[in-house]
Amino acid sequence: MIDQLSWKVGGQQGEGIESTGEIFAIALNRLGYYLYGYRHFSSRIKGGHTNNKIRVSTKQTRSISDDLDILVAFDQETVNLNYKELHDKGIILADSKFNPKRPEDTNAVLYEVPFTDIAAELGTSLMKNMVAVGATCAVLDLDISAFREVVNEIFGKKGQQVVDKNMEAMKAGYDFLKEKLDESALMRLAKADGKKRMFMIGNDAIALGAIAGGCRFMAAYPITPASEIMEYLIKKLPELGGAVIQTEDEIAAITMAIGANYGGVRAITASSGPGLSLKMEAIGLAGMTEQPLVIVDTQRGGPSTGLPTKQEQSDLMAMIYGTHGEIPKIVIAPSTVEEAFYDTAEAFNLAEEYQCPVIILSDLQLSLGKQTVEPLDLSKVEIRRGKLLQGELPETENRGYFKRYEVTEDGISPRVVPGMKHGIHHVTGVEHDETGKPSEAPANRIAQMSKRLRKLENVKFNTPVYKNAPHEEADLLIVGFNSTRGAIEEAITRLENDGLKVNHAHVRLIHPFPVDEMLPLIQSAKKVAVVENNATGQLANIIKMNVGYAEKINKIVKFDGNPFLPIEVYTKCKELF
Amino acid sequence: MATFKDFRNNVKPNWCPGCGDFSVQAAIQRAAANVGLEPENLAVISGIGCSGRISGYINSYGVHGIHGRALPLAQGLKMANRDLTVIAAGGDGDGFAIGTGHTVHAIRRNIDITYIVMDNHIYGLTKGQTSPRSDAGFKTKSTPNGSIEPPVSAMEMALTVGATFVAQSFSTDLKEMTQLIEAGIKHKGFALINVFSPCVTYNKVNTYDWYKENLVKLSDIEGYDPSDRVNAMKTLMEHNGLVTGLIYQDTERKSYQELLTGYSEKPLTEANLKLDEEYFKKLTSEFV
Repeated sequence: MIDQLSWKVGGQQGEGIESTGEIFAIALNRLGYYLYGYRHFSSRIKGGHTNNKIRVSTKQTRSISDDLDILVAFDQETVNLNYKELHDKGIILADSKFNPKRPEDTNAVLYEVPFTDIAAELGTSLMKNMVAVGATCAVLDLDISAFREVVNEIFGKKGQQVVDKNMEAMKAGYDFLKEKLDESALMRLAKADGKKRMFMIGNDAIALGAIAGGCRFMAAYPITPASEIMEYLIKKLPELGGAVIQTEDEIAAITMAIGANYGGVRAITASSGPGLSLKMEAIGLAGMTEQPLVIVDTQRGGPSTGLPTKQEQSDLMAMIYGTHGEIPKIVIAPSTVEEAFYDTAEAFNLAEEYQCPVIILSDLQLSLGKQTVEPLDLSKVEIRRGKLLQGELPETENRGYFKRYEVTEDGISPRVVPGMKHGIHHVTGVEHDETGKPSEAPANRIAQMSKRLRKLENVKFNTPVYKNAPHEEADLLIVGFNSTRGAIEEAITRLENDGLKVNHAHVRLIHPFPVDEMLPLIQSAKKVAVVENNATGQLANIIKMNVGYAEKINKIVKFDGNPFLPIEVYTKCKELF
Repeated sequence: MATFKDFRNNVKPNWCPGCGDFSVQAAIQRAAANVGLEPENLAVISGIGCSGRISGYINSYGVHGIHGRALPLAQGLKMANRDLTVIAAGGDGDGFAIGTGHTVHAIRRNIDITYIVMDNHIYGLTKGQTSPRSDAGFKTKSTPNGSIEPPVSAMEMALTVGATFVAQSFSTDLKEMTQLIEAGIKHKGFALINVFSPCVTYNKVNTYDWYKENLVKLSDIEGYDPSDRVNAMKTLMEHNGLVTGLIYQDTERKSYQELLTGYSEKPLTEANLKLDEEYFKKLTSEFV
């Protein structure tokens, strides 16, 4: 019995690799296993190698695994590119159609299975993926009846015959391989708890969090890896009376969202690095005019078009400092799908409470990695609207403009929205006085600039840093943000097994930087390792700048487009000792 | 009932004496009063440049945004609160250079707002460079040998991309301007009104006198029918775009908001932000 397994299916983009992985994963998720998937794909629709690596476990995992148990290959390229991940007892299931060759430098066993031929015999070669899933079940010694429900859902609308044919294809794959496998080749998974949990990508959770957080309008432009947020909201917001507009460009998307927020609706826009670069001037407008605004940045490989379908975390500095001039801005970075849900909902509260742009930083691995998610609790979602005034307003002094930018102790001014009587004021990106009228007077400039920036002095965010810090004195503190959490957690287990005392801090409030939270953790560690998917160690630099202790801080960076594996974090950390 | 004086806010415009934008400001104030608006139910969203300052000179809600982006700001606001009257305003640089993309797509989208372009064929606030509406041969600081690019045919472009309301006016004709803005506000869809608003400081070619000599009133063209799109295009081309009046109106096509599926009849600003537990359960169960 094993309690986890890593399975990968690969082939040419456009030949059903994604759906093969999907069917396999959904069925196992229904059985109560925890799934964690990561897709390797390219910025094209047909052709080019693609694969889907799925980890199955009886416990929640937040990382892809170091090695691989089963590789399902629809072409030789898949074998050649991926066999090195297979461990000694790994298995390759390859379509006999391409006359697969087993590489010489592996102990993995290759089984030829006529995926395509079996499927073609049963009616259509399209079902080769079902044959492959069936063959996988043979290795797992898993009854294929567990898949009937899923097959029914996916193919049911095409008629009972299609469902039956697909089940038949699975069974044929199962039967074909079953008789070739001896007992020692089987990989039996320990039984899962049978609980039905959600299986979703981070972008789903962000979209769901937006709905729960009261968002009723979105304006966005399609981009990988953020489009799923728009696609989900386009389906759901109309059910709540809301709307989504696919705009002509990224600038229209953000300025429309600003217009809607100014109007009093909770509105969002979502994009990735290139889109955020285009949105920067508008982010400055929202900062200067103190409009609430929620923006999602799902990071991908940069700069420029960079690695558009690959993992990276290199927008950090741009998100903190982007836009010319100086504005108040909040940047949060959920590290799990569950946090992506709660943090997105909370982002709308922060945006209204501090009347400034809030950027939800995600990354490709978090946004697109499909995984099993613990139940989400709507009762934990609050709606707080800060100093938004409701009801009738008193008449203003001398019937003048409403002091929308009143200088207050906490820097936050009362807010009204268009349509409210006695609330008229001006809004301009030009420096302005308390009523919004342009003013270049030095004293006013200082008062308004200070007021705006003062808002960030007391930002309250429930968990600025996720901490797993059992040691008062640690040999090592590992710091990360976004999706590196799983790889770091697994590396820590191994480091602790080696006798090292290791604390973990995952930064969730990136800006304003939670110095008070991070300082004691850094002080109490002999060494600090900052793990991040970028080339220059941006988070490490931010920590050095805000907290100090530069001599302790080590950068562990990876920027080849792939997520960190636990073994990589482990090995790099070991090298520090 | 508010009068046009209620739309005054006593802020002294920083426009040059004689600038055409003064009367555009007056026309907006008059039109707003004439259609029965209260100041709090109007929002003027403007771009950047001399003309962009207009939102600061009208007693109403308003945003003086960023260069070229008045239209998406205005559309977002209208989507948030469909009960508001939203007027976007800016210059020819805003509308036909940096913001051309938004102009084209706002026209196609047909959200129910009114867009007024103060067209002076020059960049005034930056002290006299060529504009996308400058005529070929026009000499400016950035075209010392005369512009070698033809101007954007703004009205023809609007017709081409599916406009449902296209009008043009001249800033000396307060009456016509006011009527067109009123008609634009009442139009169920996107209304584009281009106003020739001379820059007395930097444009010594397209002066008040020049426009008086060259503009043709559509009302002087016998039998001109603003519902005839082909004829509208033909007329514009025959007069090199120099016509005033209602050029084209399509009263049949529904606005974006009317065509949207599920879009709330009430302003979105009144939406209940708290999600129903049962609905949330339904949403999450779809992922199991």
